[in-house]
Amino acid sequence: MAVIETAGPVHIDQARRRQTLVIGWLLIALAVFVAVVFGAEAYGDATFRLALPGDMIALPNLVVPAAPYNYVVAALLAFFGARQFMRGAARRASLFLGIGLFLAVTTFLVWATAGKEFSLTGMLEATVVRAVPIALGGLVGTLSERVAVVNIGIEGMLLSGAFTGAIVGSLAGGWIGLVAAIIVGGLMGLALGALVITYRVDQIIAGVAINLFALGLTSYVTSQVLTVHHQLNNAPIFGAVDIPLLSRLPIVGRVLFQQNIFVYGAAIIIAAATYYLFHTRSGLRARAVGEHPEAADTLGINVYRVRYINVTVGGMVAGFAGAWFTLGSVGRFDINMTNGRGFIGLAAMIFGRWHPVGALMAALVFGFADSLQQKLAILQTPIPSEFLAMAPYIATIVLVAGLIGRARPPAADGKPYIKD
Amino acid sequence: MRQETLSEEALTRAAVSRFDFEQLAIVPVLAVVVAMILGGGVMLATGVTVPMIGQAYLALFDGSFGSLAAVSETLTAAAPVTLAALGIALGFRAGLFNIGAEGQMIVGGLAAVTAGFSFHGLPLVVHLPLALLAGMLAGAIWAAVPGWLKAATGAHEVITTIMLNLIAVQLTSFLLRNPPLQKPGRHDPISASVLPSAQLPKLLTWIDPGLRLNAGIIITVLMVILVYWLLFRTTLGFEFRASGLNPPAARYAGMRSGLIIVVVMAIAGALAGLAGANQVLGVLGRASPGFTGGAGFNAIAVALLGRSHPVGVLLAGILFGALDAGGRQMQVMAGVRIDLIAIIQSLIIVFVAAPLLMRAAFPWAFGFNARRQGGR
Repeated sequence: MAVIETAGPVHIDQARRRQTLVIGWLLIALAVFVAVVFGAEAYGDATFRLALPGDMIALPNLVVPAAPYNYVVAALLAFFGARQFMRGAARRASLFLGIGLFLAVTTFLVWATAGKEFSLTGMLEATVVRAVPIALGGLVGTLSERVAVVNIGIEGMLLSGAFTGAIVGSLAGGWIGLVAAIIVGGLMGLALGALVITYRVDQIIAGVAINLFALGLTSYVTSQVLTVHHQLNNAPIFGAVDIPLLSRLPIVGRVLFQQNIFVYGAAIIIAAATYYLFHTRSGLRARAVGEHPEAADTLGINVYRVRYINVTVGGMVAGFAGAWFTLGSVGRFDINMTNGRGFIGLAAMIFGRWHPVGALMAALVFGFADSLQQKLAILQTPIPSEFLAMAPYIATIVLVAGLIGRARPPAADGKPYIKD
Repeated sequence: MRQETLSEEALTRAAVSRFDFEQLAIVPVLAVVVAMILGGGVMLATGVTVPMIGQAYLALFDGSFGSLAAVSETLTAAAPVTLAALGIALGFRAGLFNIGAEGQMIVGGLAAVTAGFSFHGLPLVVHLPLALLAGMLAGAIWAAVPGWLKAATGAHEVITTIMLNLIAVQLTSFLLRNPPLQKPGRHDPISASVLPSAQLPKLLTWIDPGLRLNAGIIITVLMVILVYWLLFRTTLGFEFRASGLNPPAARYAGMRSGLIIVVVMAIAGALAGLAGANQVLGVLGRASPGFTGGAGFNAIAVALLGRSHPVGVLLAGILFGALDAGGRQMQVMAGVRIDLIAIIQSLIIVFVAAPLLMRAAFPWAFGFNARRQGGR
């Protein structure tokens, strides 16, 4: 707040200059790290399998000479870093940082795979699957924070969706289970809306309470009822649906077009949400409510109703995403099975700068980190998986602190609106 | 308009007048009662018969206050949650929302356990304070980071503390699987045991060796007094409260808001770290994943229920300790899973945080005050 008040053009320039230099040093540090660790310690070739068994067009393996590749990337990173210190670098700073980080990740993969074989397509497939709840969780946050309601309760909403999906799915089949999960998610959203909009409970407290309530209720019913009645926790799983023609494509077909309805559903929901928020009149109104509720109210927009609708729809999305955990993957509910995915969704929302597509991109990165974590054990790298699991959280703190770029929430975010 | 909402928000968050009987007594008591009734509804819905529900609540009471052993368990469970809640309450008073007590407890516990098994041959009077201090220091650092980030860059403490909680969980899982923390010869994530010289002494073993109550409860009461003194009797505490009630006014009065944020967070973290230390040095004797038992999150409820007042926090902490201790008895005696307690606790948060909801649902309970003040 204080920054905005005092920031003239001079301040912005200075902040930008400092940021550009920070990114420069970061890229150079990355270059040194890649050269010393991944370059010097890589022996032999890294073999990436592109084809999976059963592919129509079998692609040959991608063979990368590990050490030379990593040295080349290190040199490239050093060049990117040096570039930051030249004039006019500020404009493209985040682009080059992005490219640099991507290349650094490839060197890591090459280093880890050096002298071994590794299925790249399989990993990308897992990345997309794991990104689904994170991207949708980020969308839930985006929908409600765009109307200035902070939603800390995403985790709890996911959990109740997963739980409902499992129980109703076991009783009445997958589709009805999915619908029930969406309804229960919507009810959770409505409950959050009622608490923060009508009863003016602090938004953070309401979110925390929703998380604790969902965890408590699902754990209680699971241990009290489901451990005795196993038939209530044995839901059918939605299998993969091939998209005609597209699913035959090499790599892409496997990764994108041989997935279950949750992946396709997520894509449709995210596209629809983007269209709604940025290309429709009601989306514009919703954003106005999030930026300046007083002004929106003056124009005749019903602030409370817009907030209720967005938060409830967000809850429905969370219910759908929650059903992914049970109906989309294992068909069974376990206590606390969402395991912090809702909070990573929150991080994805911040990374995506409160934009559905941005949240999706961030979710893909986090999903990649998530599936990489699983594969590290197979590749027997000396890097503990816990540090990879931490990476999204650390990156979020760095981003929120504005060390590299600044994520700016909607102006009225978190503030209750009290109509006079 | 903006000022108004700001101060109103601060008011509802923390600084409720000491004489506001309605807020201090009626809302919390009603909240607990309604949460218990709804808890009964949940039991009914999951096939527990009405007599069994009565038995469950009897067991809940019996297991929390019904005997000396029960009181010992209640106070043992109350200590960590009260300590962490004191820190959160301090933050509320200063207008800070420290969701990170869980993470601060974790790092505090890990630091305390490390100090607790590392130094051989020290006497208790040196080793125990050392281990407690290690826990407080780790918690303080873990909390000062989001405080500093907020002061220096404006990063919101809710987001940063949530992320630091999750990082602390991963850190635990890593540290407990690797030397030096992992117990030698074990493959599961578990720490080495705290040496006897660093354990909080048991207080009631002279009556019955099974009683687990430890000196942590004494530390807790001391901290309640200390925080009361800090908040209401020192200049620093005045600055905390002023920054929470009206940040711009506090700034214009010459208070250094950035420094205050960092100091408040560090003290809150030290208290949460102490809570973690209390858990490993007093109750468990070692650290394992989830050793906090979620006390860092329950502490948010306790701070709210206690109206951010140290004495209120102590009472609310004892209530939550009672629910925990009684819940175990309830599980054994009535076959109702202890997870029910988590539902009741989360409902208590909702009702305490929503006085408007309580007012709408139970208008008769609030009549007394409204009449006296000439209606509202």
